[in-house]
Amino acid sequence: MKECEYRQIALAPGNGSAPASQAPASRKQRRRRKWESFAGKNRFFCGGRLMSGRQSGAFYLTLGLIFSTSGLFFGFDCPYLTENLTLAIPIIAGLLFVFVVSTLLHTSFTDPGILPRATPDEAADLEKQIDNSGGSGYRPPPRTKEVVINGQTVKLKYCFSCKMFRPPRTSHCSLCDNCVERFDHHCPWVGNCVGKRNYRFFYMFLLSLSFLTAFIFACVITHLTLRSQNTGLLNALQETPASALELVVCFFSVWSILGLSGFHTYLVASNLTTNEDIKGSWSSKRSSEENTNPYSYNSIVTNCCAVLCGPMPPSLIDRRGFLDPDTIQLPGPQRKVSQGAKTEVNLVGGDPNDDVN
Amino acid sequence: MAEVHNLQELRQSASLATKVFIQRDYTDGILCQFQTKFPPELESRVERHYFEDTVKTLNNYYAEAEKIGGTSYFEGCLACITAYIIFICMETRYEKVLKKISKYIQEQNEKIYTPRGLLITDPIERGLRVIEIAIYEDRCSSGSSSSSGTGSSTSSCSRG
Repeated sequence: MKECEYRQIALAPGNGSAPASQAPASRKQRRRRKWESFAGKNRFFCGGRLMSGRQSGAFYLTLGLIFSTSGLFFGFDCPYLTENLTLAIPIIAGLLFVFVVSTLLHTSFTDPGILPRATPDEAADLEKQIDNSGGSGYRPPPRTKEVVINGQTVKLKYCFSCKMFRPPRTSHCSLCDNCVERFDHHCPWVGNCVGKRNYRFFYMFLLSLSFLTAFIFACVITHLTLRSQNTGLLNALQETPASALELVVCFFSVWSILGLSGFHTYLVASNLTTNEDIKGSWSSKRSSEENTNPYSYNSIVTNCCAVLCGPMPPSLIDRRGFLDPDTIQLPGPQRKVSQGAKTEVNLVGGDPNDDVN
Repeated sequence: MAEVHNLQELRQSASLATKVFIQRDYTDGILCQFQTKFPPELESRVERHYFEDTVKTLNNYYAEAEKIGGTSYFEGCLACITAYIIFICMETRYEKVLKKISKYIQEQNEKIYTPRGLLITDPIERGLRVIEIAIYEDRCSSGSSSSSGTGSSTSSCSRG
């Protein structure tokens, strides 16, 4: 892959000397899409249509657990329950299963709301503004900007990796090396960040998974109870050993999934992110002055509707667009720049991940 | 295609002098709104009311795209019921408004800004962070330039 990139770079300056010859030359070499030189640490699939975080080990574990437990349920418990109770059981389980898998895949493979890095012109313009307004001296002043949102003062921090002031509620994910809008957290179980664009998918995934886990748990208990009425519990377990496995998996996962669903329901109702809640950004205990969440609509129903049923924002990173053949973008040097910027931040004493908003 | 011809003429007959960035305005929250403050660099290039009209119209478009109301609830609920599979085939309302915005910016460039040696870049190409306005200087050697009619742009050669 790297060899391909170097070859293309060698071709481009030679062929690009006259503008007239540029068109046939670019037709000969494959036009690269923007996702191929994306600055962050993400993986792209289907020609840039899908993207996820770098580490996906835990995601495959999540997927595996869901498929195996549901598979065992449909294979071993559903036939007995359909015969002795109702056909509705496998239908409900099937619908829930489809919903869980769909929301999980949407959460994992959707752009969470990544902000593209500032262009060199923008970065230079910002630097000029900071130099003009900031103090002079050897140590650069802390790069923050204050804005007033709905009567509340919010500090915007400068992101050294992305070379811009982060909008409110945006945070830089160090695992993915991207600024993500309305950053909630980086979830290893879905292998992606959870942000503005995929929070609703994540929440519906948690909710539907809690229902599915609880439903399977209840059905397996019912199954074993019905069987043990005829043959006794031990014999019932021997007849359907898969049910015991499902019981164990569901029992241990239902608490954490229900707990997480409850926590995120609270977050949705108060229009908060996990990031803000953990840092206590809008907690009244934090500071003496009144500190309320400026993004909340002050009504549970409106908050829920806004977060879950609001307009679906577009992806701001143009993954499928073609790279301008004039500007050669290399992923390697860009990563080096961001690492260098991080080192610079460490020297200054700031942490790109740590922000007040 | 007309826009390409105008841009090509602009690039051939003018050189890029500087870029002005209109930043986001967060006073009403995290909705996409841009500052309407008239930048001093554009004072000699374009009339203030044209600039303010453009930015205000863009702000209205973005407010329309992000409006939380009946249509967005319907879209959200329908998507939820279909397990979000509908997003694969359906174009969201936001995307429809973005297309309208692109068209509007193209029109504004053709009618107002390119004749004055300016070029507005669609904010979506800059991650909705800034409105980038490129200021082109006419090359004094080329007599036929893309600037036509308006007095504000003909003084570019004499300006340093």
